[in-house]
Amino acid sequence: MCNLTAAEIVKAARSEDKITGLEMIQAIFPDFFELHGDRVGHDDPAIVGGLATLNGQAVTVITTDRGESISERVAKHFGSPEPGGYRKALRLAENAAKFKRPVIMLVNTAGAFPGTSAEEGGQGQAIAENLLKLSQLPTPIITIIYGEGGSGGALALACGDQVWMLENSTYSVLSPEGFASILWKDSSRADDAAEVMKMTPQALLAQGVIEGVIPESSDHNVTIENVKTVLVRELANLQALDETTMLNQRQARYRKF
Amino acid sequence: MDCGKKCPKCQRAIFTKQLDQYMTCPSCDYGFRISASDRLGWLVDDFKPFDTELVSQDPLNFPGYQAKLARLRQVTGLNDSVATGLATIDDVQFNLGIMDPTFIMGSLGTITGEKITRLFEDATANRRAVVLFTASGGARMQEGIMSLMQMAKVSNAIAKHSQAGLLYIVVLTDPTTGGVTASFAMQGDIILAEPHALVGFAGRRVIEQTMHEKKLRMICKPPKMCWLTALLIRL
Repeated sequence: MCNLTAAEIVKAARSEDKITGLEMIQAIFPDFFELHGDRVGHDDPAIVGGLATLNGQAVTVITTDRGESISERVAKHFGSPEPGGYRKALRLAENAAKFKRPVIMLVNTAGAFPGTSAEEGGQGQAIAENLLKLSQLPTPIITIIYGEGGSGGALALACGDQVWMLENSTYSVLSPEGFASILWKDSSRADDAAEVMKMTPQALLAQGVIEGVIPESSDHNVTIENVKTVLVRELANLQALDETTMLNQRQARYRKF
Repeated sequence: MDCGKKCPKCQRAIFTKQLDQYMTCPSCDYGFRISASDRLGWLVDDFKPFDTELVSQDPLNFPGYQAKLARLRQVTGLNDSVATGLATIDDVQFNLGIMDPTFIMGSLGTITGEKITRLFEDATANRRAVVLFTASGGARMQEGIMSLMQMAKVSNAIAKHSQAGLLYIVVLTDPTTGGVTASFAMQGDIILAEPHALVGFAGRRVIEQTMHEKKLRMICKPPKMCWLTALLIRL
């Protein structure tokens, strides 16, 4: 792995060339069948989820998506889910648990959408509900952060058994710009903040926040193979556990913080 | 000379003698921000505090943070931004937590999260209800990702408490925002609120910085922080 500074990793995580969740789904889950809606009135396009198979096994896959065209990006709030997106993810994960399908979450979001519509729709409540319920679902849940892991908006999709990160990705309580703005009243010091915040994969691994770092290549096919290898191996590990052991391990994973 | 104060919600000037111990605006019933110890003074008949010795490990080694904590411990008499303990009103015993807006804006630090987690674990073990007064600006920035992880840790403890069939009542006080709104403030069986309490997820500065410059241009201006005014039931 190359030795980038934290600020360089932040830039790489936000790069236009970043691999997307839809690319990974297309390559790893070619039989992906999308399911829509939160069944209470919304179908947030920033969250794409559905059914697929992995090595012949049924799984539920959910990704955040930033969109390609300008109109898509606006509709998807550049990958920042609305409350309905979190409710859709929870709905799909609960259904997965019913049929003992493992859940795979792919996350790249600057954070939950913070606009007026999101507040009025209960953004805080939607995230809180995911933390309360996703964390208890009796089926393996693996999250891969493949760009930005922005605060509660990422945590709401990363509260299962394992969290892995691509090597050029970040996971933090807020953006380094926000950190510098709030604590130093100077958002231009974002690069300093990125260093202080311990938000890079290696720093998070050292803190026990994630299970591992997945090597990334400018050739997306290589990255995709690396992701697939981790998913297949770790799902097998989790499925080898009986349900009580898995849930106890998950509980212990968060209790240590 | 009694200068009084102005209600930040209805703008009415209030003389200090018009404010009783509950610190509510006589005009609009807004509940002023008060410390945990002031609230404790009139809320319960008896209170045995839990976990008063825990102290933050300062996970980011953030410059000046230890000194700030030490000063606030002196001022508030709390070890972090929440008071927790076994409370009694009449002959009813329950586990009580009160977040303190004067302690780094009630922000969710590792010790805040640990104390609330232990409050729920103790309540589950002893089959008691939990009442939690929330007041928070959100995550404790100075503790980085460890602050975020508290949201998941507390939520897990609340899930276990709930699975045991036990009651959890939240009382939202001004302000309850950010990571606290996005976790334990919204996980109660019953959620009450003080009049005119600001309750929401995102603050303006976070919106501006998180959504990045280009997005700000797309939506022209940062969305206003949403004011959800409260459903009101007096305890």
